[in-house]
Amino acid sequence: MKRIEAVNDFVIKFANVNGTGSASANNMFAKSLFRMGLPISPKNIFPSNIQGLPTWYEVRVNEKGYLGRRGGVDMMVCMNPQSMAKDIQEVEPGGYFLYDSSKPLDLRLMRSDIHFIGVPLKDLCQREYSDARQQQLFRNIIYVGALSALLDIEFDVLTGLVSDQFRGKEKLITPNVRALEIGYHYAAEHYQCPIGIRVERRDAVGDQILIDGNTAASLGAIYGGATVAAWYPITPSTSVVDGFDKYCKRLRIDPGSGNKNYAIVQAEDELAAIGMVIGASWNGARAFTATSGPGISLMSEFLGLAYFAEIPTVLIDVQRAGPSTGMPTRTQQSDVLACAYASHGDTKHVLLFPATPRECFEMTAEAFDLAETLQTPVIMLSDLDLGMNDTMSPPLVWDDKREYQRGKVFNEQQLEAMSERFGRYLDIDDDGIPYRTYPGTHPNKGAFFTRGTSRDEYAVYTEDGDAYEKNMQRLLKKWDTAKNLVPTPELIEAAKGGAKVGVIHFGTSRNATLEAVDSLAAQGIAVDTLRVRGFPFHKSVDAFIEQHDTVFVVDQNRDAQMRTLLVNECLVSPRDLISILNYNGTPISARKIYEEITMVLRGDNVRPLHKKKIAKESV
Amino acid sequence: MTYIRPAFRHPELPRNDLGFTRKDYEGAISTLCAGCGHDSISAAIVQACFELSIAPHKVAKLSGIGCSSKTPTYFLGNSHGFNSVHGRMPSVATGANLANRDLIYVGVSGDGDTASIGMGQFTHVVRRNLNMMYVVENNGCYGLTKGQDSATADIGSASKKGEPNPFEPIDLASIALQLGATFVARSFSGDRDQLVPLIKAAISHRGFAFIDVISPCVTFNNNPKSTKGYEHVRDHLAATGTVDYVPFKHEISTEYEQGQSKEVTLHDGSVVHLHKADPELNLNSRRSALRLIKDYKAKDQILTGLLFMDEDSQDLHEILGTSKTPLRDLGAAELCPGQKVLDKLNESLR
Ligand SMILES: Cc1ncc(C[n+]2csc(CCOP(=O)(O)OP(=O)(O)O)c2C)c(N)n1
Ligand code: SF4
Repeated sequence: MKRIEAVNDFVIKFANVNGTGSASANNMFAKSLFRMGLPISPKNIFPSNIQGLPTWYEVRVNEKGYLGRRGGVDMMVCMNPQSMAKDIQEVEPGGYFLYDSSKPLDLRLMRSDIHFIGVPLKDLCQREYSDARQQQLFRNIIYVGALSALLDIEFDVLTGLVSDQFRGKEKLITPNVRALEIGYHYAAEHYQCPIGIRVERRDAVGDQILIDGNTAASLGAIYGGATVAAWYPITPSTSVVDGFDKYCKRLRIDPGSGNKNYAIVQAEDELAAIGMVIGASWNGARAFTATSGPGISLMSEFLGLAYFAEIPTVLIDVQRAGPSTGMPTRTQQSDVLACAYASHGDTKHVLLFPATPRECFEMTAEAFDLAETLQTPVIMLSDLDLGMNDTMSPPLVWDDKREYQRGKVFNEQQLEAMSERFGRYLDIDDDGIPYRTYPGTHPNKGAFFTRGTSRDEYAVYTEDGDAYEKNMQRLLKKWDTAKNLVPTPELIEAAKGGAKVGVIHFGTSRNATLEAVDSLAAQGIAVDTLRVRGFPFHKSVDAFIEQHDTVFVVDQNRDAQMRTLLVNECLVSPRDLISILNYNGTPISARKIYEEITMVLRGDNVRPLHKKKIAKESV
Repeated sequence: MTYIRPAFRHPELPRNDLGFTRKDYEGAISTLCAGCGHDSISAAIVQACFELSIAPHKVAKLSGIGCSSKTPTYFLGNSHGFNSVHGRMPSVATGANLANRDLIYVGVSGDGDTASIGMGQFTHVVRRNLNMMYVVENNGCYGLTKGQDSATADIGSASKKGEPNPFEPIDLASIALQLGATFVARSFSGDRDQLVPLIKAAISHRGFAFIDVISPCVTFNNNPKSTKGYEHVRDHLAATGTVDYVPFKHEISTEYEQGQSKEVTLHDGSVVHLHKADPELNLNSRRSALRLIKDYKAKDQILTGLLFMDEDSQDLHEILGTSKTPLRDLGAAELCPGQKVLDKLNESLR
């Protein structure tokens, strides 16, 4: 029988039951490989439920550093009888299936093309521990021990992790190490170890760290100088504010007085959360909220106000699968249009698309600068995949010389020195961005009225059509200014001078896209990639589309939302852009992108191949 | 437009302690219907702020949407104002207050704005005891959208269309009391003598100060069958008593008879005298206030005046333990932990 043989390049998946304490064991497994210098990308695939339903944890190990989902599973660790039939089917031919052999396997489920590895976890636990909860918890640690023999994980690394994890609770170290040993010895005695797939120490991680995007974003808010956070709980964004709270408690309490240099309010709903952010920003504080799809819907009216009244507003949207409640614990990039054009009337909002935890950190901090510079809402669009999964990332860095850009704000002295009348919505600098003043600045100069109704340049209410148009035109000018301030796209050219085929992608599609492009290159197909990092689109996005005969757009949603946005804003024809879509709730895989591109390029797909040719034909 | 203001002002206009004249507290000329109760409330706010010698620019005035919510344009022209979205002023006020605890926050809302679309936010701003004065200009109808019944319209009361309202009203003062508001009052826009001292006390109160002001809509809800029209309200008023507010800096007057009056000292030392008409009212008891509101209502009367007050109230900042320096005044030095802290963090994530 075929046997998958691989060193430092495989996919392992754990099938668990939600609420059984498997998360920390699975984390320990992943982190041990990371500490052996191997790039990993673990992904939680969990249900919208607290206990009892199936949950999976998929770890890709790849020495070359590919971090996207590859597709397929080389080894399954099966801990959930409920999902076993399906889990067995998922294993690639020649792969491995580790199960609890305390009870014999149902013969009907057996496959002759994969290798079954039985470890009597329940029996081993019952022999060792009397307490029921311990029997449950240590079962997880025992399979990690078994894996260390089967995959050749350095045992010292595992024990090191145990001591790190239980620092301060030393009593727990010995029983955990014992559980690891039990598993290790059982596997070593009963199987020829290592099996075909295994790990070897490498130095492929360098100084990178393992952190989830939401934690990184919360640190971005700390470093970016946010003092007010208002939010309403929603998966998968909750941990952004949890992280902010945790780090504020550590870093933001005034040592002298014990007072907090921040305020966090759990609002009554998303409407209130964004209202508080707008109120605080209007009054000169850096404030933010974090939410997901349903929250964006509720916040829309206020976002329109913030856009029209020109109030800096920072929002972190960690996208999940919608519409409506959709699949709340699965990932998608399906709030792109809802965020870009949130609210009624002519509105558009600045968007940021991070792809790594480091970008979550940087872009969150930057969002405050941008929002205050532009006096407008700035929405960072992360997603569940990036937000909630530990992801390898370059270390977080901060330039200590960096100063906050607080935007155009007249202070008391400037107002005092002014002889002319202060005009809140005057375009003095011809960049579309007016000057504001904070409430309470000057006794009789600089006060203005903020409202969502039309007004003239002096903030005086008017329904004059010309004044309205003039104002809307100025907002468009500001939008143009924004183009040069948002993060520029990341361009990777296959060769000097560029290829004929290009792929546009954004956010978490990055890992899978770059890997797919490498696979295509190995087949002799050169593909350039452009990763959009901000909206409004930089002019290089237009240029990229213009320069490539065939342009693919990777979107993790059904309706090709990024493609729609490109069509709307870049003046390209929809047929110029070929969609690659993934919206089943799991992150897009490199395989999928590879296959869709080769299919189109081979021509066995009805979609147009060369946009220039098509354009001529249709004349 | 209710009044036309002369451009010329007498140089000898009376000045308050800060040297401001009443004019410094006025706003743009009102565009509300002549006779609208809301304009009288604006005038009372102007009067109260002038008499309190508040620096106008230290006030932030916020509102939702509605005729009532338009009024902040018509008072305190040297203050920043914020006309937010319908019913969601409380959250904007909360954010603003969190950013800068040193300003005075005046919120103006309508009964539609507060008792319907904004009911959720209203209840939560009460619960959080945000330090602000929250005035509902209550006309029992939607003025700006032309006269629909609001949730505070009394059962049987009829607006301009003449159809009696079939639903029980929401009594905002009772709700505020039940939710734990630390200052609750009710008044009538036509009763300037009562309203001005109430506003002064509300502004000086630390915590959430709620005033429900019955404010007739002359255009849509001022007919004989309406219970929120001038005629009806004037005929059915009953006051808890007269209220008198004495700022900290002034000598406390004792011209009223003892025994009949209740004296409440605010956190800054100012004093509220309540000269009771109804000796049943215990200013420190929510239950007493709730019962009296009901009793008077049963008698078809509207009880006005100061209804409840908690002098020891703790506002949101005290509850949260936030910095005494306004959060908006903190800079990178206080806020940004720098690369050294990041280095350690990076280390712990390997
Ligand atoms: C979300 C939303 N829904 C509806 C409206 C329309 N609207 C404007 S004012 C108003 C009612 C105002 O009534 P009230 O708060 O009682 O104030 P009044 O005009 O009576 O002073 C409504 C429904 C709106 N502006 N926004
Ligand atoms: S419609 Fe009614 S509430 Fe509105 S301004 Fe006129 S009188 Fe006042």
